[in-house]
Amino acid sequence: MKAIQNIGIAIFLIGLGIFAALPFMGSFQLDQSTFDEIVAEKRIKSELFIEDMQQNVVGKEFTGMIDLSSKISKALDDANTTHVKNKEYKKKIYTKSSEMASIIGKRSGTGYIANNKGMMWFLTFGLGILGALMFIVPQVVTLGKKGIKNDGIYHQSSTGQGWIAWLVFFFLISFYMVLYFGSEYAVNWTYLVDPISESLSGNLAGHWFVYGFMYCVIMVVMAVRMYIKYRHNMYQLVRTTSVLFFQIVFAFLIPEIMVRLQMPYYDFKNAFPLDYDFFFQWNLKSLLDSGGIGLFILVWGVVLTVVIVPVMVYFFGKRWYCSWVCGCGGLAETLGDPYRQHSSKSLFSWKVERWLIHGVLVFAVVMTGMTLYSFFAETSTVLGIKTSSIQNTYSVYIGSIFAGVIGTGFYPIFGNRMWCRFGCPLAAYLGFVQRFKSRFRITTNGGQCISCGNCSTYCEQGIDVRAYAQKGENIVRSSCVGCGVCSAVCPRGVLKLENGPEEGRINPTEVLLGNDVDLMELVNKK
Amino acid sequence: MEHIVIIGNGIAGVTAARHIRKNSDKRITIVSAETDYFFSRTALMYVYMGHMKFEHTQPYENWFWKKNRIELVKGYVNTVDHKHKKLVLADGNTIGYDKLIIATGSKPNKFGWPGQDLPGVQGLYSKQDLDQLEANAPDNKTCKRAVIVGGGLIGIEMAEMLRSRKIPVTFLVRETSFWNGVLPAGESAMINEHILEHHIDLKLATNLVEILADENGRAKAVTTDKGETIECSVVGLTAGVSPNIDFLKDSGIELGRGIKVNRYLETNIKDIYAIGDCAEQHEGIGQRRPIEAVWYTGRMMGETVAQTICGNKIEYKPGHWFNSAKFLDLEYQTYGWVFSERGMKENEQHFHWRDDKEKICVTVAFDKETKQFLGINTFGIRMRHEIFDRWLTEKRDVNHVMEYLKDANFDPEFYAQYEHKIVSKFNSEFGTSISPKKKSWKRIFSNA
Repeated sequence: MKAIQNIGIAIFLIGLGIFAALPFMGSFQLDQSTFDEIVAEKRIKSELFIEDMQQNVVGKEFTGMIDLSSKISKALDDANTTHVKNKEYKKKIYTKSSEMASIIGKRSGTGYIANNKGMMWFLTFGLGILGALMFIVPQVVTLGKKGIKNDGIYHQSSTGQGWIAWLVFFFLISFYMVLYFGSEYAVNWTYLVDPISESLSGNLAGHWFVYGFMYCVIMVVMAVRMYIKYRHNMYQLVRTTSVLFFQIVFAFLIPEIMVRLQMPYYDFKNAFPLDYDFFFQWNLKSLLDSGGIGLFILVWGVVLTVVIVPVMVYFFGKRWYCSWVCGCGGLAETLGDPYRQHSSKSLFSWKVERWLIHGVLVFAVVMTGMTLYSFFAETSTVLGIKTSSIQNTYSVYIGSIFAGVIGTGFYPIFGNRMWCRFGCPLAAYLGFVQRFKSRFRITTNGGQCISCGNCSTYCEQGIDVRAYAQKGENIVRSSCVGCGVCSAVCPRGVLKLENGPEEGRINPTEVLLGNDVDLMELVNKK
Repeated sequence: MEHIVIIGNGIAGVTAARHIRKNSDKRITIVSAETDYFFSRTALMYVYMGHMKFEHTQPYENWFWKKNRIELVKGYVNTVDHKHKKLVLADGNTIGYDKLIIATGSKPNKFGWPGQDLPGVQGLYSKQDLDQLEANAPDNKTCKRAVIVGGGLIGIEMAEMLRSRKIPVTFLVRETSFWNGVLPAGESAMINEHILEHHIDLKLATNLVEILADENGRAKAVTTDKGETIECSVVGLTAGVSPNIDFLKDSGIELGRGIKVNRYLETNIKDIYAIGDCAEQHEGIGQRRPIEAVWYTGRMMGETVAQTICGNKIEYKPGHWFNSAKFLDLEYQTYGWVFSERGMKENEQHFHWRDDKEKICVTVAFDKETKQFLGINTFGIRMRHEIFDRWLTEKRDVNHVMEYLKDANFDPEFYAQYEHKIVSKFNSEFGTSISPKKKSWKRIFSNA
């Protein structure tokens, strides 16, 4: 078994290695006709840029994206500088150099990678999946009898914040940096999944398709791990199946198929304000231009946030969204599960959490208010502030850096719910409902708690569960996403997630159940 | 300002300190020789197994004590001088007190086995024991085999710990079946099976005779009363615990096995109280033992003595017995009294159900004549404490318990339910025709 696992790791690392090397590999040759097409499509009016490109790029062969992209960005920057100097603003190119390089790169790939997509898919995704499963599936045997198996989590480098964890940390951060800020380096990755993308939407793959596909693959593989690790725990099995279903069907397949059907790309479960650009002008316009389906999406998006989400939270707690449906939650509960113990439990972190997450919610709401005002009043500024600059700030700092780079990149060191706990505006909103008007609670089982701290240690949201459990108090914290792991790891059967009457949900007690009835009466009188 | 000094920073002492602070402004000092800060002893095993770091066993952050004006002194109390109301520490310092609470807990039992003090032989109780085990048995190369002596809760925990590092374990148990002095036969048998499933070499009805030393004076083997010699690197002595009160021998405080206290947790000397594992009631309360080394009784005594010290004199009245434990992967809960065949009362009758596939079983004890429900043991099914506490107070009969068993289920959502199987076996054994009622929130939350 150990041998199979070790071979699995080796295969996985080969796949990962090739995948990580791809951004630096491949050859690109831009031919004249393709370049003319791009110039036409992008409505490029800068003859300086076109000339520069004709001279230095078109017809030449480049090895590796670094080579090509540096030429493109130089041509673009030089042209723009001159146009700005000469006040020829009509000629200025507003496409970012990274995006320009990625558009050109995508259409000029030659050589082995671009021509052997299937083989390259196998050498990256294929080997990665195969190797990971060879490592994971033998755990059915190696973990022993079913039950909580957290042995050695803090002894292993990968899960105990050791050097492997730091490597993963840097790898994930680099990956997200490419995704958000250097998409030209993802061009080779897009070739791998072109066939899949074409079979779904009919289009070639962009880097976001790579991300979406990879997201699903990682969730499936890590869900296999969840199914094995928690095979004694039906709640975890059902919940894992649920997040997997919503990711694959709602976040991945439906939007792609909608594109094929000439409909807008839309994830029906992605609720505002997590879906922060839902009310952005371009989105509203595209929805309004899409006829019936566009209108339906518009109404659905509003109803989802205003009615469905809070009503469901009333009945089931915010878990129905955060750990049963949400994509961010889905990744956190599968890929992130081995890291859940690293969330900080200090009171200080809780204070930071409350300021940050509510701050982001306010930011999102204010931004959306400005956006809608601008849309209806047909103005680009509100009180002298440019709406688009606020939107860009949010997109870059919250939407990309916080939710993506930090949200997932920080998994191995700081735990798997950084974004959900500190940043997600939707989670903040659901949290209010959960805290003040919900039937959900984690019931503490009388006096059975022995303060061991497994619950707090494995709470991904950094809730000090033990602090409540040892007092015999139910847990009704707004941040609880109801993953159910505190209940799973409890050795004494103290915690139960349940939906029940609101009365008696919050039960501060000074004295343990079982201790002296008179004393309890006395305390309750106070 | 009155100065309350507490010896021991375990659950009993710390609970007392916290509740005294809640209810008063008195000066509070906790003295401990074990650790700087309070930690949960129950979680030590998880540190060795790598589920947690030691800091996770500390329920309060380090700033908590200063903020709540609870002074912490690290030191070992050599003597209690009640005439001058002061403590003398091993380093020579003295601490004066107005009221003293002794909460020094337990220490592992040693029964005079030859070789019991050799290096490589240890118990598992304190932080120091954990550190020692880390040194004695870091992996299965250093520790080729461990022998554990004593088949109780700590023994099986220690076996689980060592197995988590793939160290071969031989488990010597005096009884003919694991913990059968406490558990009824069916349950005890199920745990025997489970221990073997975890590849622990369980030797029942086997006693330790001697621990042998190698040429360096370290433990190298044990001999048993079955004539066997078992080579090993580590010997775990887990044959129960007893009150940690040696330092009080000549203090004038009345001692039995523990520190004798009345129902107000007062010792024979004014202004000195004892709580937790080290306290011994003159007579057991209800069917409880005079000394109860249980986590929650430590808490309750702490809560109670704090009331008394803050001027609200209150008797220690633990309610209905309950407890829980985990044997490897098997969770165990008990509410009320279910005695083993050995300890069974004359009027006590048992109903036992065990699932035919899973390691899940239930034993219900009730009165032969009146059918009054006496207690329940469950393995692999979690139960709701509040419900059983209520049923015991209301003196419900066993039929009622069967009928409303679903109200008491505390398993996570979507778990398989066993009430129908349990009740149908009960029906066929006792000729009843009970059908279990659907779970009702109204009943669960009705405070009768």
